Order: sequence, then structure tokens, then C-alpha cells
Amino acid sequence: MAAPIVESPRSGRISPQYRRTGGSKGNFEMFAWLFMRLSGIVLVVLIFVHLWTSMIAGDGIEGVDFGFVAGKWADPLWQVWDLVMLWLAMLHGTNGVRVIINDYAEKDSTRFWLKNILYVATVVIVVLGTLVIFTFDPCPVVNGVPHVADYCPAP
Amino acid sequence: MSTPTVEKEPASKVDLAPGVGGGGEIPTFDITLKVRRYNPEVSDEAHWDEWKLTMYGTDRVLDALHKVKWEHDGTVSFRRSCAHGVCGSDAMRINGRNRLACKTLLKDLDTSKPILVEPIKGLPVEKDLIVDMEPFFQSYREIMPFLVNRGHEPTRERLQSAEERERFDDTTKCILCAACTSSCPVFWTDGQYFGPAAIVNAHRFIFDSRDDAGDMRLEILNDKEGVWRCRTTFNCSEACPRGIQVTQAIAEVKQAILSRKV
Repeated sequence: MAAPIVESPRSGRISPQYRRTGGSKGNFEMFAWLFMRLSGIVLVVLIFVHLWTSMIAGDGIEGVDFGFVAGKWADPLWQVWDLVMLWLAMLHGTNGVRVIINDYAEKDSTRFWLKNILYVATVVIVVLGTLVIFTFDPCPVVNGVPHVADYCPAP
Repeated sequence: MSTPTVEKEPASKVDLAPGVGGGGEIPTFDITLKVRRYNPEVSDEAHWDEWKLTMYGTDRVLDALHKVKWEHDGTVSFRRSCAHGVCGSDAMRINGRNRLACKTLLKDLDTSKPILVEPIKGLPVEKDLIVDMEPFFQSYREIMPFLVNRGHEPTRERLQSAEERERFDDTTKCILCAACTSSCPVFWTDGQYFGPAAIVNAHRFIFDSRDDAGDMRLEILNDKEGVWRCRTTFNCSEACPRGIQVTQAIAEVKQAILSRKV
């Protein structure tokens, strides 16, 4: 009869290396821990206000379209709001995944590569998102042809 | 007292039906005990052995292991010393939960299914239920589990108020059985995390008013493998045979580091 078992974590797979490799100087892990708690609290406020203004206030979900987003980002308040939300959410999420990689990756090389992929993805998304928030133009002129929409000024 | 009662008290105040022996018979039941066996001299693979045993209502898992070792298979290996929940030698995984074999009554387990007994996880198995405890004690030694006092040595005992003693009372109960550390999923990954037991024993001195090395211990536990790796899964609190609120103790050490640094 096959008994339901989970293999012992270090049986035969990893040679036991218990000696901690050098003490870490600095307080990075402490600040990471603190950041998770503080950003979490701030994000709850940011996200629920964001959801309310987009989904419930005004026309509700029916009112969400390209023009709605364009109108929102014309206001510096919502630019800053979305910027803070983007950065906090990305850093909060990245740190969460970093911690999960630390907890679950078994080899140092796996851990190294997974974290590098994670950091590159984070940088790309944060940079792109920030650019979009500040350079967003709802009525672009492409090859001399202006975009036509009822919210764009008449050419 | 002026009313001497001549009437003699009966030996037992409970009426026993005739034919029932002495203090009442202990119910017996049959169990199946499955033990995860490993002997590196025979095979690199672990396997399960099982025995059908008739046990009593007062028996513990340790009694079942004794019965196997003494009457069925003398090669079954496990640690135990006091057998009464104080020495911390016989922590093992019983039905998937870290328990002391000497404190787990068989009647409290589901005896309709086989009772699974495995060595505690995350530490290298040496034979059967015996694991190498050295990594566990290494973390324990690193947090300096001894009183450090820089003042003059008093001629009498070091005084402490009841409130000061109460502050760390919970963490003095640790018996170093490793049930908490070996139930921690973070410790399972690579064994680098200090583990709940080391932090509990650091807590015991950090919050001791007579001790002067709290800052040093907090600095040690501020390591990347220190308290910040705790994910509050509460496995340790659930596993502790002494009922120590381990996760709370870890949280208190986190707070102490934060309030000192920030």
C-alpha cells in the first residue's frame, strides 16, 4: 500500500549546507518587511478609491472608455494618484514574489535567475507605466493625420 | 470537632459491578502503526513498515513504538529519554503533525486508519526516526542562549519583579524538541533560517530584565535569515508541545528590532 507521504525536503536532493554564508549587514530585510505593511495599508485606500471613481461614481462602469481615461489623466491629481498606485503596487508585488522565490527556490542559481527576471520585468513595467501616465496624448497626430474623436479639439 | 464519625469511609465511593477487576478495566483497541524506516547501511531509500497492535486506552504513540521495538522488531530506532514530555527527545511527525510521541494518546488519533509516524522534516535523517539535530542546535548557539550581565556580580541573587519575570515567562518553557523549527516551511527550503526555536530562546533573554545582551541578540536576528523570514504560518505555534505562543514571540522580537532601529 502506497502511503501518502511528502518527501523530506532535503533527502538526497541538496547536500545540507546549514552554515549561513556571512551575516548580512544592513537592514534591508527589515525595511522590506516594513514597506510591505505600510504600502499595503496605503494601497487599500488608493485601490478602493480608484475602483469607486471608475466603476461606481458617475455613469459607473458604463462610463469607462478611452475618453474617460483621457479626462482623468488630464488632471494632475489623478496622474499622481495613478503614479503612486503603480509604483507601490509594483514594488509591493515584486517584493512579495522575491520573498516567494527566496522561500521556494532550492538552488542558488535558480534563485539568482528567477530574481533577475523578476527585477527586469518590474523595471520595464514601472518605466512604461510612468511614461504612459505623463506622456499620454488622447488626440495624437500620426503622420500628419489627426485622431478624430468627439473629445478631441476640432482640427 | 465534637462529632466524631465512627463510620469508616469505603475504599471506593464508586460502586463497581461485580466481576470488574480493581479500578475498572481499561478499554483496548487495535491499531495499525506505520513507521517510516530508513537505514543507510541497507538502502538509500526509505520505506514504510507497519504493525497491527492491540493497545490500551491509556497508551501513547511512544508505548506503541516501545511495543514494536520490544516485541516485534528490535531494529526500529527512535530517541526518547524521560518519556514524560519534558526532555524533548521524541519529537516526530505523527499523522503529518509534529508531536511528542510521549504526549500523544493513541485514543485521540483516528484509530480506524493507520497511524503514520515519520521523522521530523528539514533535518537530515540518520536512521528511522532519528535525525541529525546539529543544524538545529547550531542556530540555538548562535543567539547566545545564556545570561550576559555586565554589572558587578551581586553577592546575593539577581532580583527581578514578578512583572519583569512574567514578560518572558512563555518562552522559558521551551524544551528544545525541534518540533517548531522542523514544522516551519521556510526552514524546510534550505535550512538557513534561524527557525522558531532559536528565536524563542533569544526572546527568553532579550526580554529578561537581568540580561544586558539584548541588543546583540536583536542584531543577530536582524540577519536576512533572521526574524524577517517568518511568514506567520503558525505551524510552530501549532506544533509546540509546551503550548508556547511561538509566532507571537517572533512578532515581539520583530517589534523590538523595529523600535530600536526606526
